[in-house]
Amino acid sequence: MKALLLRDLRLAIRAGGGFGLGLAFFLILATLIPFGVGPQPDVLASIAPGVLWVGALLSCLLSLERIFALDFEDGALDLMASSPLPLEGIVAVKSLAHWLTTGLPLVVAAPLLGLMLNLPSQSYGWLLMSLLIGTPALSVIGAFGAAITVGLKRGGLLISLLVLPLYVPTLIFGADVVRRAGQGLDASVPAFMLAGLTLGAVAIMPFASAAALRAGLKGS
Amino acid sequence: MLELNDVAVARGGITVLEGVSFHLAAGNALILRGENGIGKTTLLRAIAGLQPTVNGTIQAPEESIAFASHADGIKAQLTVRENLEFWAEVYGNASSDVDAAIQAMNLMELTDRPAAQMSAGQKRRLGLGRLLVTARLIWVLDEPTVSLDRASVALFSDVVRAHLAGGGAALIATHIDLGIEAETLDLTPFKAKADVTADTFDGDYW
Repeated sequence: MKALLLRDLRLAIRAGGGFGLGLAFFLILATLIPFGVGPQPDVLASIAPGVLWVGALLSCLLSLERIFALDFEDGALDLMASSPLPLEGIVAVKSLAHWLTTGLPLVVAAPLLGLMLNLPSQSYGWLLMSLLIGTPALSVIGAFGAAITVGLKRGGLLISLLVLPLYVPTLIFGADVVRRAGQGLDASVPAFMLAGLTLGAVAIMPFASAAALRAGLKGS
Repeated sequence: MLELNDVAVARGGITVLEGVSFHLAAGNALILRGENGIGKTTLLRAIAGLQPTVNGTIQAPEESIAFASHADGIKAQLTVRENLEFWAEVYGNASSDVDAAIQAMNLMELTDRPAAQMSAGQKRRLGLGRLLVTARLIWVLDEPTVSLDRASVALFSDVVRAHLAGGGAALIATHIDLGIEAETLDLTPFKAKADVTADTFDGDYW
């Protein structure tokens, strides 16, 4: 398991691994919004939570296809499936690697972009916290979408269509945490809901993804 | 060690082979032959546990099978050593096995080279070296000699012979003569009759 995690991290960082792609997209998106909306600080402040969360969500989507497609193409997924590693564990570890290379950098970069969007100062802690507890759900749910489409060529768009509806609850509660914090309201209720969504997804999704992978490998 | 009893397998919902039975004992190799598309790969994948059988039983000791498919599962960005170390760790084996595998497959001069910079034959040698670091007894090999030159084929034959001498077994689908003392099983008689559609629901497999 540890070997797989280290391998995936190493592959992500080496040339062509796609590390930083999601982060760059996030930076570009959050930089362009103020240009598009115009220099009205109060407007920016009110849309900042939504923009940051939607940005994080879309950046996450970019690299989902790579979770399984690359290993499927070069046969590594077959070999791993016939190895002592349980498929559920493989999915969980690969989701974790995806989060570490995609979700975590977004969490770290978000406060900086909040500054550009004139996010109210009392929101920063909640922004960090909501992304930290919300983005793992994006990775495990995304891995499920990637597992369903594993045998398909150019499955990227299909993943987006499958996964985006499942992302909606996380988006609603995640953005709500930041919005409430900005308005000086108690943000703990949506934060708990967000944490619950993530825990539920982390608990269930690896099993669903492993079942999808089994069906995908069988058909090839 | 490996026993198949009246096995039928399907590809894309259509049964391709049926009634396949054989017994593979420790120290022996069995060569599978048959025309293209007859279902050699499908049968090997079923034995490796990657797809369900339509009928029959496959018996092998637990955690004993190492599978090598057409594709090597090599990561182009990782070096030879990193690739092998990953698989050794997956199978819970020490890195001393990695050195042995590098020696056996004649990869000594390539250990720190990324797999992306290797030729097809060199990659194949690396892919076969993976079998050695699994330390599994039954090797299930699908066309292992593709893109190997004559010297490498001989090298691989030696590796298989050493594996058999060490109490292992090998099931190999191949078209060339590996020069290994082995029984040959021609799959042609087991070809399924046309229009036999497999039951698409495979409840046991889940």
